[in-house]
Amino acid sequence: MTSVAYDRTIQLGGEGRAPGWWAMVWTIATEAALFGFLLFSFFYLGSQSRSAWPPDGPLKLTLSLPNTILLILSSIAYMWGERGIRAGNQERLRLGLFIAFILGLAFIIIQGIEWSKQPFGAGDGAFGSLFYTITGFHGAHVIIGLCMNVLVQIWAARGTFTRESHLALTNAGMYWHFVDIVWLFVFSSLYISPRLG
Amino acid sequence: MPRLSRRLAPSAGALGSCALAGCTPLNVLAHDGVTGSRETGLGWFLVIVSCAVICIITILVLVAYARSRKRRTRDDAVFAGSSGVPWVMWGGVVIPGIVLLLTFIFTIGTLDAVAAPTRSPAATVKVIGHQWWWEVRYEGTGPSHTVVTANEIHVPVGQPVKLELTTNDVIHSFWVPALAGKTDIIPGQTNTTWIEARHTGVFGGTCGEYCGAQHAHMQMRVIADSPGDFQKWLADEAAPAAKPADPTAADGLRVFMTSGCANCHTIRGTGSGGGVGPDLTHIASRTTIAAGTLPNTQANLMGWILAAQAIKPGSDMPSMPLPSRDLQSLAAYLETLR
Amino acid sequence: MATLAPIATAPLERLHDTWEARPGLYGILATVDHKTIGKRYLVTSLIFLVLGGIEALIMRAQLTHANAHLLSPGAYDQLFTMHGITMIFWYASPVLSGFSNYIWPLMLGSRDMAYPRVNALSYWTFLASGIFIYTALCIGQAPNAGWFAYAPMTLRPFDPGLNMDFYALGLIFLTVSTTIGAINFIGTVMKMRAPGMSLNRLPIFVYGTMTASFAAVFSLPALTVATTYLYFERHFHMHFFDAAQGGSPLLWQHLFWMFGHPWVYIIVLPAMGMVSEMVPTFCRRPLVAYPYVAMSTIATGIIGFGVWVHHMFATGLPGVSMSFFSGASIIIAIPSAIAVFAWIATMWLGTPVWKTPMMFVAGFVVRFVIGGVSGVVTAAVPFDWQVTDTYFVVAHIHYVLIGINVFPVVAAFYYWMPKMTGRMMSETLGKWNFWTMFIGFNLGFFPMHISGLLGMPRRVYTYPASAGWGSVNLITTIGSAVFAVGVLLFVINIFVSLRRGAFAGSNPWHAGTLEWAMESPPPPYNFAVIPIIRSRLPLWEDQLGDETPGMIPGEGHSHVSEGVVLAEGRETFGTSPLEAHPLHVLHMPEDSMFPFLLAVAMLGTAYGLVFSLWWLAILGGIGMLACLIGWLWPRHLVTGERA
Ligand code: HEA
Ligand code: HEA
Ligand code: HEC
Ligand code: CUA
Ligand SMILES: [Cu+2]
Repeated sequence: MTSVAYDRTIQLGGEGRAPGWWAMVWTIATEAALFGFLLFSFFYLGSQSRSAWPPDGPLKLTLSLPNTILLILSSIAYMWGERGIRAGNQERLRLGLFIAFILGLAFIIIQGIEWSKQPFGAGDGAFGSLFYTITGFHGAHVIIGLCMNVLVQIWAARGTFTRESHLALTNAGMYWHFVDIVWLFVFSSLYISPRLG
Repeated sequence: MPRLSRRLAPSAGALGSCALAGCTPLNVLAHDGVTGSRETGLGWFLVIVSCAVICIITILVLVAYARSRKRRTRDDAVFAGSSGVPWVMWGGVVIPGIVLLLTFIFTIGTLDAVAAPTRSPAATVKVIGHQWWWEVRYEGTGPSHTVVTANEIHVPVGQPVKLELTTNDVIHSFWVPALAGKTDIIPGQTNTTWIEARHTGVFGGTCGEYCGAQHAHMQMRVIADSPGDFQKWLADEAAPAAKPADPTAADGLRVFMTSGCANCHTIRGTGSGGGVGPDLTHIASRTTIAAGTLPNTQANLMGWILAAQAIKPGSDMPSMPLPSRDLQSLAAYLETLR
Repeated sequence: MATLAPIATAPLERLHDTWEARPGLYGILATVDHKTIGKRYLVTSLIFLVLGGIEALIMRAQLTHANAHLLSPGAYDQLFTMHGITMIFWYASPVLSGFSNYIWPLMLGSRDMAYPRVNALSYWTFLASGIFIYTALCIGQAPNAGWFAYAPMTLRPFDPGLNMDFYALGLIFLTVSTTIGAINFIGTVMKMRAPGMSLNRLPIFVYGTMTASFAAVFSLPALTVATTYLYFERHFHMHFFDAAQGGSPLLWQHLFWMFGHPWVYIIVLPAMGMVSEMVPTFCRRPLVAYPYVAMSTIATGIIGFGVWVHHMFATGLPGVSMSFFSGASIIIAIPSAIAVFAWIATMWLGTPVWKTPMMFVAGFVVRFVIGGVSGVVTAAVPFDWQVTDTYFVVAHIHYVLIGINVFPVVAAFYYWMPKMTGRMMSETLGKWNFWTMFIGFNLGFFPMHISGLLGMPRRVYTYPASAGWGSVNLITTIGSAVFAVGVLLFVINIFVSLRRGAFAGSNPWHAGTLEWAMESPPPPYNFAVIPIIRSRLPLWEDQLGDETPGMIPGEGHSHVSEGVVLAEGRETFGTSPLEAHPLHVLHMPEDSMFPFLLAVAMLGTAYGLVFSLWWLAILGGIGMLACLIGWLWPRHLVTGERA
């Protein structure tokens, strides 16, 4: 590292995150707020609704519950892979990322089936519109996460990441976990909350 | 005919609603109603506090300016000076805190006082906001007692009247400054408010929420009658339209029924049942036409029918290019609908 | 842990070469220099101010007297909507981003913002979204439902043209720019301060923009959600606002104002921060009650999230909720009062020098109070029922928006232009500028309170003579014209100073903050050596000695002209968020075309969506993806070297 200083040396170091890490944190914060407002709309219109909410009774859990578990597993796989590189294990990283990718892909495909199975369309009243918009927003985030995953896999295959330097991996991971956690909120709002009231 | 419309159009807005019949203007501080005056009382308090605050701050800035003239030193000299924190504690926290607390107490006190009338309302009026006119309904004991009119709301003086506000198009806002502040009219919900006039008279009102091209021409007026006059008015309005008494009027009715008017307008007792435009059963008893856009005179009626789109562009009433003889008898007929 | 050892002189030429943008078109489009981006922001937003101002003047011409026929109702509606959104979204916020972009790294002792390429993207998307929204005006289909665009008037049945599609997409587009800009500011304040610039040594301006950025990160998504719903409802037959289908018009209002109220503070807190920089400089003493002012800035940002319903007092909400939001709106006056009294006390306890920026600042204080108290007046619910949606509110918003945004911005131009261009703006013209703007402003906008109390509703394209609003409106129009002349003088003064201004030198105002340490205009690398900070006003330490605020006894003085050089490529320090300990040497990115190309692709997508040219939208989407991948691709995979 370069050094040019004055009458005194300067001490560098200590714990600290890279700027890029913070960028991802605040991106996630604003995205979280986005989902917060989406769910606010859901509960607001639900509370104002004069007809049944959802119109055809609570949504089925047959596909969505296992799907939720898939997404959680995908997050765990990612985490496992990332742990791998922190120990310098490239193989484990690649495997972890690949499993995470497959599970995520499965999630989005099943989500597509779930969409096609609903008795209502996006134009059928506020519930339908909100359902497709919110899950659609989430689906878009899953797809973005998958794209990141593909990029990270390519870089991992090229050996870009090392034990010390893997910010892109961490960031993509944080995003993926966020997509996962947000799904839990979406799922409990759309699928579970109407069963409670 | 185009010449006529051109001649009429510019004069249209020139005679706004309040030009006529000593109508109370929209002035917020000229109150008469029970709610209106409570709100105005709060308003005066706020205005006075505001002026005091503004004066104090302005004086402080000016004095700081004047003092600096005397104390000038070198431009590049700096000094630390005293901390100045008491300024911020007193001027920024304690004193405004007290004033603001008073303001808040006054506010919720007024809010509570105007929330509901002390007596049960003497009448309930349904007001429906349309782009860009007001439908006014008094639901009677049966269809024959239901009164439907437009843009003018009669109420008995000295008695609270409940208003139920609805709309089927966009958001409007009911506002008669002298009587009460605004209440929005929102699709899908029924907002209620109440008014109580202390004196007989005519109170100007207008739509308070931007609602499209002719938001500027969506006035209305509240007419506070003595209770006797009010009952008489209600009875008159409930009656169906007078039969045409002379041949011109009869011809006018024919024009009305055959020129498309009846598709949009109702004149009770004639078989017309259109619901798009205002009920015209007693159009001649109203002082203005087209939601306060024009005084209700025969010339204006003719101008309006011919060139509604020039007078109120965008309105749902089309310009109706009638032959002038038809037009005259139509207007003459409408004039008879007291 | 690494230790950096000393050497003697800074290799200025090498620094210059590494940091300067390449000449030619590539350099213009690819530069990531925060100073260039900052200047572009300033110029572009001033153009939008003039556009919005011209729209306003046309409206004023129409309203000068009763029954005017200059404009059709449809044209008037487009004008006031475009005026509102231009001013609020494309002028008021970007102009502050411009100043923050330019000044922050200089003030913080850094060589660039945290994410220079994101910074470039944020500018290009701002520009592209502005072009997009003005396309609507050029084809005569500009947004026409007011800047807050209440549903259901914005839905297809009532507004079938492209107008509101432009609105929805234009705002989503701009939101991208503002959000990433905000993240950039947050990242910068967390990581990019000079060693030793701990939180209690940050200039208030930094607090202002920082608070605004946090507020933007959390409030803008509400606008994105609302405008997305609007677009979906208009295009895909979905229902969010349509009451007949289970939607609610009030959903729009809640979402819009949950965004909208924080937003009005977003566009004033940085401006108030700029005032807090100028007041001490011209009063020749440190700011009174610095910690209180810093805290009040943050408090305003936070409370600002809890008052949105005061825009909806007439919608028929339950009394409890109205009392709550009324109370919150009244309480928010306290932090503002703290700031006002801190400025006044600084003036009172200092020795003010009445240069042009100081005149504007003093004028600002008075107008801030007028605008603020009229806000408190409308916060009192029952009276708000009377004045809401009248010219009283129009008066309130112009007193706060022009008073707290435009006046500090003009002051800031007088204050910082010498740093940016190396030349002073004319004081004589400046005084003229101040008085025309001050008199014109009050003449133009104070009577609006009166016309409001006389019952004049806002957003009316004409009014009858009998209403009795003729003379107040005439005065308003005259005042607006005088004010516009003031703005014109200001623009002239900028141009004149560019060519003929006196040379400024590094610190023409003898100010105390770091941005005045280097020559004007600053070299591409900002600081030859990275300074080490030991107080809040490093350049005043000579005179104030140990009394300099923020100084810790025994820690010594700041070092501004000697320190660590960092000249192996684009480098600067990354420091810790609270204490600003240097943690690592950051390698800043090189210039890049990707931000520009990405913005172009987004513009393509936006046009595709608004004109329903799906192929174009998809093409743009692919372009965006390609740009992002290119952008993120690790540099050493391209160049072949190891990280
Ligand atoms: C620049 C932005 C800005 C700022 C800073 C403010 C500041 C405030 N605003 Fe304003 N406001 C707007 C921009 C802004 N507003 C806009 C754009 C709209 C209209 C939107 C539209 O409809 O188009 C609006 C509308 C608006 C309304 C809705 C009006 C209506 O539609 O009916 C209300 C109601 O409560 C309100 C209140 C306030 C309050 C209480 C403050 C406070 O923050 C003010 C606090 C400051 C002071 C009070 C001055 C300093 C204090 C002292 C010197 C102490 C002494 C004071 C007292 C004792 C009173 N504002
Ligand atoms: C920062 C915000 C901002 C600013 C600066 C302004 C500035 C002005 N505004 Fe505006 N205004 C708003 C924000 C702002 N406004 C908002 C949010 C609304 C609500 C919109 C809505 O209802 O939806 C509004 C609404 C509004 C209305 C109400 C419209 C209505 O309800 O019907 C009016 C009416 O007079 C008005 C007037 C003016 C005037 C005269 C100026 C003047 O200050 C303009 C001064 C003129 C200039 C700045 C141009 C000067 C330049 C030149 C003359 C040319 C120089 C040329 C070259 C160098 C090439 N504004
Ligand atoms: C397509 C519908 C339509 C047709 C056809 C129509 N009107 Fe109208 N009319 C309206 C509407 C809507 C209004 C309210 C306009 C406004 O105030 O903005 C109105 C208003 C009026 C008014 C003013 C009422 C008031 O109380 O202010 C009169 C009078 C009137 N119409 C007469 C006629 C006559 C006579 C004809 C036929 C020659 C006619 N209308 C044809 C829709 C129509
Ligand atoms: Cu109805 Cu404005
Ligand atoms: Cu607000």
